[in-house]
Amino acid sequence: MNNPVLNVNAVSKDFGGIRALDEAELVVGDKEIVALIGPNGAGKTTFFNCITGIYTPTSGDVLIDPSADGTVHRINGKKPNVVTELGMARTFQNIRLFPSMTALENVMIGTHCRTKSSIWGAISRNKATREEEQAVIQRAYELLKLVNLEEFADELASNIPYGKQRRLEIARALATDPFLLLLDEPAAGMNPQETLDLEKLIVDIRDQFNISIMLIEHDMKMVMSMSDRIYVLDYGRMIASGTPQEIANNPAVIKAYLGEDDDD
Amino acid sequence: MNNQINENSQNQGFISFFLSAGCADSATALKKSCLVALWFVFLTFPIMAVRVNTIENTVTWRLMNMVNVAVAVFFGSYVWRWLLARKEMSSAETSKETLIESLLSKILDDKILKSVSFSLIAIMVVAFPFALDNIYLTNIMISCLIYIVLGLGLNIVVGLAGLLDLGFVAFYAIGAYAYALLNMHFQLGFWTVLPLGALLGAITGLILGFPVLRLRGDYLAIVTLGFGEIIRLVLQNWGTVTMGPSGIANIARPGFFGMDFSLQQNLIYLYYIMVFLVSITIFFVNRLQNSRIGRAWLALKEDEIACQAMGVDKVKTKLLAFSLGATWAGMAGVVFAAKTTFINPDSFTFWESAIILSVVVIGGMGSIRGVIAGSIILILVPEYLRNFAEFRMLLFGAIMVLVMVFRPQGLISAKRKIYHYKVSNTASAGNE
Repeated sequence: MNNPVLNVNAVSKDFGGIRALDEAELVVGDKEIVALIGPNGAGKTTFFNCITGIYTPTSGDVLIDPSADGTVHRINGKKPNVVTELGMARTFQNIRLFPSMTALENVMIGTHCRTKSSIWGAISRNKATREEEQAVIQRAYELLKLVNLEEFADELASNIPYGKQRRLEIARALATDPFLLLLDEPAAGMNPQETLDLEKLIVDIRDQFNISIMLIEHDMKMVMSMSDRIYVLDYGRMIASGTPQEIANNPAVIKAYLGEDDDD
Repeated sequence: MNNQINENSQNQGFISFFLSAGCADSATALKKSCLVALWFVFLTFPIMAVRVNTIENTVTWRLMNMVNVAVAVFFGSYVWRWLLARKEMSSAETSKETLIESLLSKILDDKILKSVSFSLIAIMVVAFPFALDNIYLTNIMISCLIYIVLGLGLNIVVGLAGLLDLGFVAFYAIGAYAYALLNMHFQLGFWTVLPLGALLGAITGLILGFPVLRLRGDYLAIVTLGFGEIIRLVLQNWGTVTMGPSGIANIARPGFFGMDFSLQQNLIYLYYIMVFLVSITIFFVNRLQNSRIGRAWLALKEDEIACQAMGVDKVKTKLLAFSLGATWAGMAGVVFAAKTTFINPDSFTFWESAIILSVVVIGGMGSIRGVIAGSIILILVPEYLRNFAEFRMLLFGAIMVLVMVFRPQGLISAKRKIYHYKVSNTASAGNE
């Protein structure tokens, strides 16, 4: 791993007197699948919000290198839409689709920052705008097909079953052409079969799009089998990082998850 | 859909369904209606039954009125509950289209029917002032068309972008005063000021947009309400510029290559100007809402955080909605000033904002057809209700309440556009 695409350097986040993140460090390499785990309330989602621009970190640096060639941008404090435009797209823990838009339109919104037709284009509906619109529709459809939701294309997002809504969120995030896909508990609320399908989907996305993936997940089986590396967050601090094997045998992690008394 | 309701009600027998509507059985329904009737008798007793004659110092008891109220409310409550029960039954069904909506979509789907009905409407619209040859009717029709433009403008802000704006009348006032003042001081004509009014509307829309970018919902409504009042109070009190409460009179009517028109001809001319403006507005708003920008507005309305996280620039998108909405209000203001030839701040009170908002909400948020239907009903109905004299506003209010109870999504709700894509056979990842 020579050039990391995401390098989070000693990021802290305070909410009033509470330190939700304490000098958290994390590195995601090119085309790597990195998992972030930790007990409930450890600060995982806060960490996500800090690196995607929804929160501004109190201190520290969030550095990205979209093409993994050494040109580094510092993105803390940038707005979420700018971060997305730079190539980091995310999904949400509590699904945040646009409920009264169709699945296809949801994915089309993802292409917004990659398209540029203006008011004048919209009104005159000139050739460039029409072609762009058709390309967007087609791309959105291909992405729906990728996540196996093509039959729901014209269905309102709110009418799609829960597990499939999570996959729709992934398709929407992919539509922004990211170099790094951030998934916040993608398997939450899924049954074992759906989780297996999702695992396969995530690995396929990495291979097909050549992008890096970082995910927060509680499903240990899935995390252990698909991640290249795992970070463990507890009380806002990174207490461990390493390969799945290293994490599984790390006493600090076992302590954080099971408490003082080891009984494994 | 109506057929299905009839079938459902026939299953239990229409009469028994009506009699026990909304209740477990007809006995409870009877009890409920009796209670409601008694309650209304009690409520209306002081105003309906007692009449105090202060000159002769006598009290007249009009007990017959109480009987009338009791009987009317008794039956009224049956009808009301029956309507509510019917509504609940129909909303349980999957298709929520009303008869009008399904008829509309049927017409629009058929190419021949569509062109026939469009040309019929066009002929009706064009022939309207000549066919009726009535200044009064043409005049209220112009008002109605002005409200269609205002409603379509506000529809961008409220219906598409989901920003509740209660001060929309401010932009209308700015357009009107722009024409009045420019005409008074610089003798600028209608056609010169029309685009200027639109531009001024857009600029003030931007100016209002900046401070309220962070606000949503109720807070946004309060601030925009304040903005509307600020503009009105400035117009009222800045006497040296705006002539204060006495207003500006003798505003020039729109010119037509320097020709002289009689009053009636001028009104007809203004009517056609408005028809033209409405068509342009419909064209523009339709194109905007079916574009990349319109989609971003809808997404912003649905979920602001997700929308930003998907790369939509919130600031740009919101400001665009505010200023494009205000553009139409500015233009409508110019036409309003040219139509009445006299304006003062009293024409731009909060009541106007409320009416424009009602046009959008009752017509159907985000739906162009809905806004047109809404303004036809809200502007024309009070005019035609003038026959009912003092009951006019009461009936008007009742119609609004009924629409909101039975059609909360508006008369003609917005329909999702259907996109056409090629169904391809490329291999998909993540097999099921």
